Amino acid sequence: MDGAWAQASEIAAAVSEGRISAAAVVGAALARIRQLNSKLNAFTDVLGERALERAQAIDRTRAKGPLAGVPFAVKNLFDIAGLATRAGSRINRDRAPATRDATLIAHLEAAGAVLVGALNMGEYAYDFTGENVHDGDCRNPHDLTRMTGGSSSGSACAVAAGLTALALGSDTNGSIRVPSSLCGVFGLKPTYGRLSRAGTFPFVASLDHVGPMARSARDLALAYDAMAGPDADDPVCTSRPAVRTIPLIARGIAGLRIAVAGGYFRAGAFPEAQTALARVAAALGAKAEIEFPEAARARAAAYAITASEGGALHLDRLRARARDFDPAVRDRLIAGAMIPASIVVKAQKFRCWYRARVLELFADVDAVLAPATPCAAPRLGQQTFVLDGVELALRPNMGVYTQPISFVGLPVVTVPVPLEPLPVGVQIIAAPWREDVALRIAYALEHMGIASAKRPALE
Amino acid sequence: MDSHTDFIDAAARVLELSIDPAWKAAVEANLAATLRLAASFMEFPLPDEAEPAPIFRA
Repeated sequence: MDGAWAQASEIAAAVSEGRISAAAVVGAALARIRQLNSKLNAFTDVLGERALERAQAIDRTRAKGPLAGVPFAVKNLFDIAGLATRAGSRINRDRAPATRDATLIAHLEAAGAVLVGALNMGEYAYDFTGENVHDGDCRNPHDLTRMTGGSSSGSACAVAAGLTALALGSDTNGSIRVPSSLCGVFGLKPTYGRLSRAGTFPFVASLDHVGPMARSARDLALAYDAMAGPDADDPVCTSRPAVRTIPLIARGIAGLRIAVAGGYFRAGAFPEAQTALARVAAALGAKAEIEFPEAARARAAAYAITASEGGALHLDRLRARARDFDPAVRDRLIAGAMIPASIVVKAQKFRCWYRARVLELFADVDAVLAPATPCAAPRLGQQTFVLDGVELALRPNMGVYTQPISFVGLPVVTVPVPLEPLPVGVQIIAAPWREDVALRIAYALEHMGIASAKRPALE
Repeated sequence: MDSHTDFIDAAARVLELSIDPAWKAAVEANLAATLRLAASFMEFPLPDEAEPAPIFRA
């Protein structure tokens, strides 16, 4: 087993069979974090003592879980007992320390995984870059001069750099899928309401999702199976029974109808995003194109709801401590707080209309492919990019392909296509509650050699 | 050209937000971007009976 690059499934098997102790695995992860974090800026908190105690407890138990000894870390908007949940901000550091761990941390630890720390993120999750004025920018492990993408920047970075096998992120408009694409890792944004958000700092209640990131489809499935379930502490979390995905993941793609998203999703992609999509589509034999109707309007409506709900959430902080925000986030939130209510009501009505049309698509297909981002990782500090001859602001436009999908809560696995010099991701979009379908396709692509998390040269 | 300045000043008063003059151009740009995007779905015809999705369920 390769220490830094071992997958969660390999670690759990080795720990369960007694080939290595959980304490040794966790000790090695902590050492690697100490060695590399100053370069990458992925971690904002490292929980050495807690993690080693937890690992030793696992080594003492006979019945080890499916994630035994697997080090993981969480975006710092997840509550961790004893820490103030900062959500990428300066202001939240004045909050009282959390009294207990977020639900998903508890689920992963119940399966034997070991929390080793909290991860950098864009302020209050209103970000697609991974830049953070308070904690410093998170850096892309494949090129330290480039962005990780955001807002789950540290989550993608930690997994891509082999600091942890698993990480948790959140995704309101693309914040798992964008950094997964730019850092070249697998990311799962489940169906809206599938995984509990209890004990996470919110952004846009009507759009917020949480999910895992990893270096293989199997590891996403292992984490997902350990976390899916009802939770009375999150009013949006479904009581619908979860389908276990691990038993289904290796079934192959025979019988699955897979199409490529056309129209809106074909416009404006850079060559690398088009190459990645073409490789994935060819490997899967996906020839049919389907249209998400009114995708541009869907993206606009998600944008407006986000600005408005975000502005409303932070209104008191904008009144009292406006100068303590990241200026770029502050100015967006102030503008968001001023959006007329009629716009937001219409956006939510449009959402219902759009959902009905999108669900009709899934009568004819089981999954749809689309780019995850328009391009591979831009340089840190880059403000604009040129798309089809038009110069556009980079920050909001990194999410053009992710926003119309999360707007209706569809489950998506982002798979990394290891292009040179930088990886880029492709979205595998499935019908609501069919995480199993997206994971099966991701697993098949991995085993065909099309999708993989490429190891960066860091040492 | 700064067509939303009066609106921003009025909204800031209503919302009890004090906005540093140095921030106004960026606030204006962000608001204009959202309003421009909003125009695309505001013009989209929906019946009076259309239901909103404040708590969305997939």
